Amino acid sequence: MNHLNTLSTNRALNWFRFSSPSTFYPVAGKMIPWFWALSIIFGVAGLWVSFFVAPVDAVQGQGYRIIFIHVPTSWMSMFIYLVMAAWAGLGLIFNTRLSAMMAQALAPIGAWMAFLSLWTGAFWGKPMWGAWWVWDARLTSELILLFLYLGFIALQASIDNARRADKAGAILALVGVVNVPIIYFSVKWWNTLHQGASVSLTKAPAMAQTMLWGMLLMALCLWMYSIAVGLMRVRAIILEREAHTDWVRQLNEVKN
Amino acid sequence: MWNSPAEFFAMGGYALYVWSSFGVCVLVLVLEPLAVRARFKAIVRRLKREVLAEHFDNEGSK
Repeated sequence: MNHLNTLSTNRALNWFRFSSPSTFYPVAGKMIPWFWALSIIFGVAGLWVSFFVAPVDAVQGQGYRIIFIHVPTSWMSMFIYLVMAAWAGLGLIFNTRLSAMMAQALAPIGAWMAFLSLWTGAFWGKPMWGAWWVWDARLTSELILLFLYLGFIALQASIDNARRADKAGAILALVGVVNVPIIYFSVKWWNTLHQGASVSLTKAPAMAQTMLWGMLLMALCLWMYSIAVGLMRVRAIILEREAHTDWVRQLNEVKN
Repeated sequence: MWNSPAEFFAMGGYALYVWSSFGVCVLVLVLEPLAVRARFKAIVRRLKREVLAEHFDNEGSK
């Protein structure tokens, strides 16, 4: 008993307490409504800026407003992939069940973001470029990202043993990380149709301040949304995978 | 910026493109959490049935 006490008083080790599904499950449940509230606040503010504050574009007219959903979904599709691969990698290294479940919970959200990025891109490309789709470097690498997400989901679903599915999925996710910088730098490396980055880390954004705010607010909305849905899905996955355990049977929502 | 609701919905002639983009995004962002909630409810229902079955099992063996 003594050595357990010294472990739990050590602050650094306390974080590992949350890597246990039984402790994380109730914490996640308490956090979900907060992230939903934040997502709705940012979403309303973002849409208001997108449609009522940001001025009309000199070249593209009102059609440019697709940027306010296209850029945030594209950012999220790449960012979620990195987070998902990081969780999968942690699961591989520390052999923690929860990390793998987090990766699994994030994959469908990332896939939807990649799909929305391509969808909104098509509806922006048609009026501005005259084509729904072109085999441009950025569009193609984003399509590969969607396939990586779908491959990750399909691979995990096709392996019956959950722990083995986690490992196989983690390796696929980690190998696929190479695609994210390719997407990000594609507009620099290859001189194809897609325009350059609207917002860069190294130089001042090439757009009006209000437009930047609209995009940032929408990105925050999607970020909070992704956390909320990710936590919801990870709770379902925890129950599915830990169905045989005593702590699940003792839960208030399960007890009759 | 907008003089009438009709002008807002017309989006300067880009209505099809702007509303298809935003509409499908809203649709996906609403349907996904509903699907996750259904999945959560399904597993809770299954667990409840299992716990109940176990309970009756124990009662019967007494």
